[in-house]
Formats: sequence, C-alpha cells, structure tokens
Amino acid sequence: MSILVDKSTRLLVQGVTGKEGTFHAVACRDYGTKVVAGVTPGKGGILHQGIPVFNTVAEAVAKEWANTSLIFVPPAFAADAILEAADAGIRVVVCITEGIPTLDMVKAARALQGKDVRLIGPNCPGIISPGKAKVGIMPGHIHLPGRVGVVSRSGTLTYEAVGQLTARGIGQSTCVGIGGDPIIGTTFVDALRLFQADPETDAILMIGEIGGTAEEDAAAFVQEHVTKPVVGFICGQTAPPGRRMGHAGAIISGGTGTAAEKMAAMQKAGIAVVKSPADMGEAVARVLSATPSKQR
Amino acid sequence: MKIHEYQAKRILSEFGVPAPRGRAAETAGVAREIAQELGGTVVVKAQIHAGGRGQAGGVKLARSPEEAEQVASQILGMKLRTHQTRPEGQLVKRVLVEEGMDIRQELYLGIVIDRRAGLPVIMASSAGGMEIEEVARTRPQAIVEVHVDPSTGLQGFHTRKLGFGLGLKADLLKTAADFVTRFWRAFEAKDCSLAEINPLVITSDDRLLALDAKMNFDDNALSRHPEIQALRDLDEESPLEVEASKFNLNYIKLDGNVGCMVNGAGLAMATMDIIKLVGGEPANFLDVGGGASAEQIEHAFRILISDKNVRAVFINIFGGILRCDRLAEGLIKAVKALDVWLPTVVRMEGTNVELGQRMLAESGLNFTTAQGMRDGAEKAVQAARAA
Repeated sequence: MSILVDKSTRLLVQGVTGKEGTFHAVACRDYGTKVVAGVTPGKGGILHQGIPVFNTVAEAVAKEWANTSLIFVPPAFAADAILEAADAGIRVVVCITEGIPTLDMVKAARALQGKDVRLIGPNCPGIISPGKAKVGIMPGHIHLPGRVGVVSRSGTLTYEAVGQLTARGIGQSTCVGIGGDPIIGTTFVDALRLFQADPETDAILMIGEIGGTAEEDAAAFVQEHVTKPVVGFICGQTAPPGRRMGHAGAIISGGTGTAAEKMAAMQKAGIAVVKSPADMGEAVARVLSATPSKQR
Repeated sequence: MKIHEYQAKRILSEFGVPAPRGRAAETAGVAREIAQELGGTVVVKAQIHAGGRGQAGGVKLARSPEEAEQVASQILGMKLRTHQTRPEGQLVKRVLVEEGMDIRQELYLGIVIDRRAGLPVIMASSAGGMEIEEVARTRPQAIVEVHVDPSTGLQGFHTRKLGFGLGLKADLLKTAADFVTRFWRAFEAKDCSLAEINPLVITSDDRLLALDAKMNFDDNALSRHPEIQALRDLDEESPLEVEASKFNLNYIKLDGNVGCMVNGAGLAMATMDIIKLVGGEPANFLDVGGGASAEQIEHAFRILISDKNVRAVFINIFGGILRCDRLAEGLIKAVKALDVWLPTVVRMEGTNVELGQRMLAESGLNFTTAQGMRDGAEKAVQAARAA
C-alpha cells in the first residue's frame, strides 16, 4: 500500500516544535521519510531541527509541496488541525493525538467526507511502509520490507505482531494503525480495500479489539471482496463488559462489541482467526505457505 | 463518566426538559420533608449509577410523609444488588424523592453515538420501560431512529419522524418535538456519550415527562466541562482505580491473581487474554502508556501489589520510544522503594533490550526474564500458583 506513504511522501509535521513533534519529526526523517516542513502557528520562519517551520498548513503546502501531514497537536486543537490540513489540500492526514472529544471527531470526519483526503486515526501510531516511509511513532527498526499488510486498532500490540513477523523473515508492505477511538478516519474496510488492490501485498493481518462493529463489517467485506488470505486477532477476550479498556473505543456496551462475536464473524467469513496474541506471526506464516505465490 | 439520576434530571431541567418535581435526600428526615413539600403520593428512588434498581427493591411508593421517611430509611444504607452492579452491590447514600405521576403511556427516548454511521443517533420507541437492547433484539420495528448530521443539526423533519413514528396523537406532536429538541441540545452541549430517558411518560393530562434519566459523558471532553467533573461520585468507583487515576494510569481491577503492567491498551488487553489462555487469571488491566517515567512505573507497581489477590506480576513492555534500560531502572527503583516483593516476570522488547535485561539480572532482586509473551505469561502463572 505504498500508495498512501512511500518515497513520494513529502511530510509536514503539525505541532513540530513541541516535545513529541520534535522527537518524531526527526525519527521519521532518520528513517528516510522526506520531512519537508513543520507547522506551529506563531513560529513561522524559523528552522527547527533543520526543518522549515510555517504558520499555516496552506503556506507549507505552497512553499514545500507537502502532501502528507503528521499531527501532534493537543486534543483541544487536534480536530481543527485535521480540518486545516484537509482544507490546504493535504492528501493523507495522520493524527496521533489521543483524547479528542468524540463530537469534535464526528464533525471533522463528516467534513472530510467527499473530499480527496484520507484521515488515519486519531489516537493511532501512524502508518509505515517499511523501507520507504515512516509517518508515525512506531519504532522503525522492528519492521522489515515485504509483502504482508498489517492493519490494527492498537499501537504496541501492532509492534508485537510486526516483531513476530520480522523474526520469521516475513516482511510488511504497509502497517496501518487505524487507532483506538470510536470515530476514526480510516476503517478496517478502507484498509482492506486498499490492501486488496495493492500489487505489493500478498496477505493481510488484521488486529481488532472489543467495542463497535468494525471487525464484523470487515468480515462481511472480506467475504465479498477480498481474495488474498487474511489472518485476524481480537484482543479483549477477557475484558469485562461496560468498562473502557484504555482506548475510548474499546468498550463492550449493551452486550455488543464482544471479542467472541467478532471472532465468530471473522471466522465465518473465512478469516484465519488466532486466539493467542503469541500466535499471530505463526498464523501468517501458515497462510503464506498454504497459498502459492501465483494465486496471490 | 457516569452520574446519578437526580444529577441528570437537574442538568436536563437547565435545558427545559421536564421531569417530575422532586429532589435528592441523604437522610430519611429530609426525605420526609420533601414528601411534605410535594404532597400526595411520592416515589422514593435509590440513587446509584447502576440500572435495575426497581427490581432490586430500590424504588418504592410512599403515600404519606411518614411512609416516605420509613421507606427512605429502609433504602438508605442498603447494599443494592442489580444486574449492573458489582456482585457485592452498591451502597445507597442518597434517594430521590419525586411526586408520583398518573401515567398513561411509557415511551423510550435515547441518544448514542452510532459508530458505524459516525453520527449521533436519536432513538425513540413506544416500548418504554424495557431495556432497549431487548426491544432491538425482539421488536426492532418498534424503534424509530434519526441520525443527526453536524452540518445540518437537528431539523424539524427529524423530530417529526420521531413523533409520527411513535404514533403520538397530532396534538402531542409539537410538545414531543420541543422535548426532543431540548434533550438533543443537552446531549450536544454537555458532550454526552449516551443519554437515555426510559421511560419517557405521557401523563393522563397529556404532559411529557422524563420519569428516569441517564446521562454518560465522553471522558475525552471532560476537560471542557468542569461542572460535569464536579458531579463525579468516587464511592461508585473502586478505590484502587481512583488511586490510579490520580497518576494518569489506566487501571481496571479484575478478580484474578496475576497482576500485569503493559504499555499500550491493545497489548494490555492481549496480555490479560494470554494469561487466561495459559490457565491463569488476570488480576487487572493496566496500561502505563508510552510516557512511563520511573515515577509512573513505581506508582503502577505499588497499585498492582496493593491488590491483595495478586500473587505474581507479569510486566510486558514493547518499547519503542520507551527504552528497556529506562524501564529496568524504573522497576529496580520501584521494588527497592516499596520494599515488598512479589514474583515478577519481565518481558521486554524494543530499544536497548539486552542492556535492560542485564540491569535486571545484576540488580540483586529476583526478577525473572521471559522471551516472548507466551513464555512470560506461563512463568507468571506458574509463579502465582507456587506462591
């Protein structure tokens, strides 16, 4: 899925002069991503860690042709930052911020519909196409370029999965963290659609969790539209009902959104569901060896 | 965040959503006074966050102020057990004393966020007084829904769809539309995650009233609602969880004996899952987050071991920005400061792993290191059994 982030990515970091923004702008650049600009209102005109800073996203796009944005802006201002990026013509907006009020995200997501922009997140680790570009906070060194697509609602659980894959010499085409909030810009279905269409992806690993119906929707989509092998894992099998398990979207409410329901729906759709988080890498290895390369 | 019924009704009244007259009492004496003020039959309702209070004996009619006092004294101090409380029940410290109503019909009105649509949805049903999930399962056609698009807001056609959908008489439609509009305004203005009026009653004199009210608030929006934060009832929360929240630690107490400390919510849930899969019982969910300073780790460890059920601890950290040597430093410091020892299994991955593992090995403390999640979980479960 190097359509989303790859060597043509020209990255802008919103909130670049903050602690998080600074650290990760440099880390993305060190990984090989072209970091062309930063935006911090009021600090336009300076060079920060060698990155030109602008007052607005529009200016950064005009002067440096930024096409992708990575947002490190506090929750109270993050929805606004997303809308500003979309308005300025950024094509891929990645919002790391956790804690954005849900009704703010309802408004922002609705405003983005119909526009030529893809929002990833919020409350996500970002997206990486190993060997090409890193737009997020994930540790680059655990990744390996390859042909397995990874899509996940989690952060460190995704790193766990990636670690298991890399240890087996199974590389990743793109890893997308879609985030742990109830209202997000890119769903499992969106990511699966992109992976299915990507000539560089042979198999897909999807990591879900309790809460909502995104995995059930994904299962239905896989059944109808995905021919590549899919492996799935759902965390929160032991979560008590009615409690928010860290992520704002990870809550079993009104009896729905349980891990068991999701795993059943996914299994029914032909997804190879693993029960243990320790078995994700092995399951992917199994489906890869079972599917002859010609068929993928 | 949850609040009590009497608090929800007070908020709704600020928006002009009518409810029966009444107020909260913390003693039977005050309950009697309120009943006196209201006159006639009153309803005395236990105020706890959980639902199902009526079936558990927490809601009673009283026909006189004396009876109200008697009933209140029975309910106050009860440990009310419903299908939504912890097994030991919830202590009732307050009752709501309200005027009794002459009810002609019970309806349902609720607002939640429809995640699939990405929009708030207002649901109304003529099947009031029942659990809406039950109605959704057995009689979905009895529920009318409208999604509210932020670009248009709540429109007249939305409220008409709801009103006509409820089968209300023509002369009640305007009242209903007004009621729904005010209720929606409250939901939006206060950043609710859920708001429910069940039952919404039509009285014999054609008034619409919220007989019960439930409002849950988006935790992410609380910083812009200090007036809602002020309504928090710490008695409804587990003491260890209250303690953890002071240090911005995401902690949820469970019933098992294998404590776990993890960075990241998904990995933390997966850690609980794998503990169970290898035959153990997780004692908690605990996400220390990416920031995890030595101080945070110390607080987290202290809270974990404050749970008397915990026999062993499994620390599962996948460090990216969080370096494993820093984690080891924090752990060693924590254990030394707390001067308590429980078998502790540490599984670390990420930056500076070997250094971190060496520091633990040389600390003089009896940490067990593990390779991979399964190894870590198995060792922790084994240690808990042996303890």
